[in-house]
Amino acid sequence: MIRRLFVVTLLSALLAAPAYADARGDARQQVEFGIAVAQKGLWREAIFRWQRATELDPSYAQAFNNLAIAYEHEGDLTKARDAYDKALRLEPNNPLIKQNFELFKEINERTGRKDGR
Amino acid sequence: MNAPGARTVVSFALLATLSGCSAGYLEIPIETPIQPKLDVRPFSRVYVAGFVATGTDEVDGNLETVRLLRSQLRNKGALRVIDADAITLSDLVSTAPDPAAGGAAGTAPAAAQGDIGDDAAFAPYEKVFADKDYWKKVGEEMQQPLIVTGTVSFRPQQRSGFVQRERETFDALGRRVVQPERTYMERKGFVLRPNFVFIDGRTGETLHSESFREEILYNSNQTTPPLSSFFELMDRLLPSFLNTLSAQKVRGSRTLLK
Repeated sequence: MIRRLFVVTLLSALLAAPAYADARGDARQQVEFGIAVAQKGLWREAIFRWQRATELDPSYAQAFNNLAIAYEHEGDLTKARDAYDKALRLEPNNPLIKQNFELFKEINERTGRKDGR
Repeated sequence: MNAPGARTVVSFALLATLSGCSAGYLEIPIETPIQPKLDVRPFSRVYVAGFVATGTDEVDGNLETVRLLRSQLRNKGALRVIDADAITLSDLVSTAPDPAAGGAAGTAPAAAQGDIGDDAAFAPYEKVFADKDYWKKVGEEMQQPLIVTGTVSFRPQQRSGFVQRERETFDALGRRVVQPERTYMERKGFVLRPNFVFIDGRTGETLHSESFREEILYNSNQTTPPLSSFFELMDRLLPSFLNTLSAQKVRGSRTLLK
């Protein structure tokens, strides 16, 4: 019984690994394409690519980090914060994500619109 | 470009790309647009009315702040700046009837006399900023602009203690070595604490107020004119002040990851 359970677990792990690798591989392609277009100033296209990457692999912290940066550049600070939160939840000890988030917080603190009407 | 030249350029580009790829990260400049904190669409004009100033006598905090804000708003703001005389707010408090004194004319608070160093000094002026009727009347005279007023404290400070500095030396091979060093220093400088109050010239109501604190310290043997320090400190907080009224772009850099 134990041996059968072990075999089933091993098989499922072996079958799941390539699927995970494929998802990460596809997501990585989207991330790299997003970086290439962001460098050319095409931030909306970059957002599309990094969103796609997070859909393909919701555990890809780097894709969420890049998405947050793109939202910052577009001035959508609420979405930027959400994306940073997800990135940090996935990789809480990543120093580069933490550094980006600290810089974002500095800017975010300067906002807080009041209505003059 | 000839063929070998083109090949070299392509090789360098590929090398740069590959090194970026292998690093797994890439620093990229970004510009974050920041929406104004205050919706100023109902206004076409802004009137920097005047400030209650306290601190050093060497700088006229009221007039210098009015002049500086007007010039910044003229260059970087979207609203037309009204060039009218600044109001001396301390006169308003000294002439206003004081209910505690049985309706007799009050005396000028110490902030107007320039010898107060804490927030309590500005407290008597809070009723001036909250006086809707007064600001509505000012607004009517100026065709209902957005009114900017507030308080400015600019005072000298002196501090002594241990400071960490970097000491540069050269070793036997002539290489530059930088080492942290703790030294006792006596320093002097200034503290600037403005509070900007934004008032609706149509209703006299306060729309927004914002406080800042900036300080600067120099070596005690360094002589810096107070006015230079005043402008240096104001320069640090002007982006935030301007962002209250108009959209600003904040430049920075972030790290993209692969």
